[in-house]
Amino acid sequence: MRGFSINGRDGLCAAIFILLGVFFAMQSLGMELGTAFRMGPGYFPLVLAGFLILLGLIILVQATQYAAEPVGPIAWRGMFFILPAPIVFGLTVRGLGFVPAVFLTAMIAAFASSRMKPGIALLLVSGLTIFSVIVFSYALGLPFRRFGPWLD
Amino acid sequence: MDLFNNLALGFSTAASPWNLLFCFTGVMLGTLIGVLPGIGATATIAMLLPITFQLEPVSSLIMLAGIYYGAQYGGSTTAILINMPGESSSAVTAIDGYQMARQGRAGVALATAAIGSFFAGTVSTFLVAIFAPPLTSIALKFGAAEYFSLMVVGLISSIALAHGSVIKALAMVVLGLLLGLVGTDINTGTPRFILGIRDLSDGLNFVAMAVGVFGVAEILRNLENEQTRSVMIKKVTGLLPTREDFRRMAAPILRGTALGSALGILPGGGAILASFASYTVEKRVSKHPQTFGKGAIEGVAGPEAANNAGAQTSFIPMLTLGIPANPVMALMIGAMIIQGIVPGPNVATEQPALFWGIIASMWIGNLMLIVLNLPMIGLWVKLLTIPYYVLFPIILAFCSIGVYSVNSNVFDLYSVAFFGLIGYVLVKLHCEPAPLLLGFVLGPLLEENLRRAMIISRGDATVFFTRPISATLLAIALAVLVIVLLPSINRKREEIFVED
Repeated sequence: MRGFSINGRDGLCAAIFILLGVFFAMQSLGMELGTAFRMGPGYFPLVLAGFLILLGLIILVQATQYAAEPVGPIAWRGMFFILPAPIVFGLTVRGLGFVPAVFLTAMIAAFASSRMKPGIALLLVSGLTIFSVIVFSYALGLPFRRFGPWLD
Repeated sequence: MDLFNNLALGFSTAASPWNLLFCFTGVMLGTLIGVLPGIGATATIAMLLPITFQLEPVSSLIMLAGIYYGAQYGGSTTAILINMPGESSSAVTAIDGYQMARQGRAGVALATAAIGSFFAGTVSTFLVAIFAPPLTSIALKFGAAEYFSLMVVGLISSIALAHGSVIKALAMVVLGLLLGLVGTDINTGTPRFILGIRDLSDGLNFVAMAVGVFGVAEILRNLENEQTRSVMIKKVTGLLPTREDFRRMAAPILRGTALGSALGILPGGGAILASFASYTVEKRVSKHPQTFGKGAIEGVAGPEAANNAGAQTSFIPMLTLGIPANPVMALMIGAMIIQGIVPGPNVATEQPALFWGIIASMWIGNLMLIVLNLPMIGLWVKLLTIPYYVLFPIILAFCSIGVYSVNSNVFDLYSVAFFGLIGYVLVKLHCEPAPLLLGFVLGPLLEENLRRAMIISRGDATVFFTRPISATLLAIALAVLVIVLLPSINRKREEIFVED
């Protein structure tokens, strides 16, 4: 008898699929299911969710069979700077306007790399902002306010 | 002859100065992103999709198509010169192409790739022109059951192309289908899975999702271990292949074109599979297989012809049936919908100028690539020296602007961050994003056709097996599934994908 062991990567993967499957299944059960003849809004998603849970279980079983190679490095710094960048754009584009929003977004993103130096970042981001304003705002005429009400 | 009238219409549309300009812009942008690693055609098209809203439908589709095959072209340039395939479809080219470059035959390798691609592009453009109309008339006879089965084939084939575990890829398809159902159910108006968020009642934004799982997640993956790319490029000289080279590349190009055209038509198939298949075939039929991997010109000519042919013919299911064969085609369908065109068999009859214009522009675009790019290789190579940390803030800013301009809805930007995170986690867990995206696009269509088929058959599920076309399609799907699940093939498939 060998001991029970599970590889972390596939175990986590299975857990995600099963949990998502359970979530979709529970939500579907709260809707009208209907019959195969006249399917309600919950019918097809419930079938899919059941299938997803089943696939998750298969991955889980497989995860106990063999070990996986290590996950490798994780881009913590990247995630810390890259993921907020579009959110900042979303938070500022209406209030501050297009120009500051592009500048801030690119600036935040620039620091995701440990190789980026502040001077280069400033130069790059300024150039990018000017380019974006010319292309998107003037040339393509996208209907953004260049400077928003917060700056008035 | 209808064919010639149609092609004449197509060329007169595609050759208007305005459309030539967009075709040119498209292939240049495509080559650029193909050369630059870390940003692929899918993310670029997703990024530019909103901007094309301002253009004429035909111009925007011509440009987006140009990005797609331009990227393949640029990808092979870097594969040959620095052993780094810019696009996954040119992974195979790197094997022998880079060896040729090391032997001082970089120019010949590049020329071979260009000649192979152009020949394949020309032939497959005609194939699209010949096969699209009859397929369209078959497609017009398709009922709900046939559409459902066809989409099942597409989804299953996308699994065959994913790296790693088949089960995980299948799970990604199912998850994609479920995510596609988020929003208001069109038949009953019931909100589904929206968790009380009002912005979700129209469903998740496709562009935001594509940018997140392809663009943002890809940036994160590149940031894991940043290394300076030491690009040592000698001046590329001697572009012209010798008579002996021509003799050796002719047959592989022909075989690659045939193989690529056939595989490209399959939903879920396309350029990547075609290039791998061609390499395997060439190695098998070669009289001197030991030279493969050591700079065999056949190993460049065949796969390059195949991936270009596959890229062209993968437009067939999209143009005739409105079914995307790969994520890029899914985005093209998105572009059509933004423009108010309903993708499907009616496009050819209702919008002949658009339909034939796109087909003709592919040939023109290929011509531009060969004429403009061979002399410009030096410039593209210089671009490789741009460090990655300069690129991704630009990519991210353009992504944000692009996504916001679709609906001017800030919620879409939060979705980008969310899907970026999800995409990165899934990549870390060895789950491929392509099947997810395909599932997402097809989810609502699949459900709609399933429901309709069941209502027409009065709840009798056997309708999918008793209608001949539908039954054939399902048999194909089953066959593909069985094949990829066979242990021996599965192992082989993993071996092939390990190489890229």
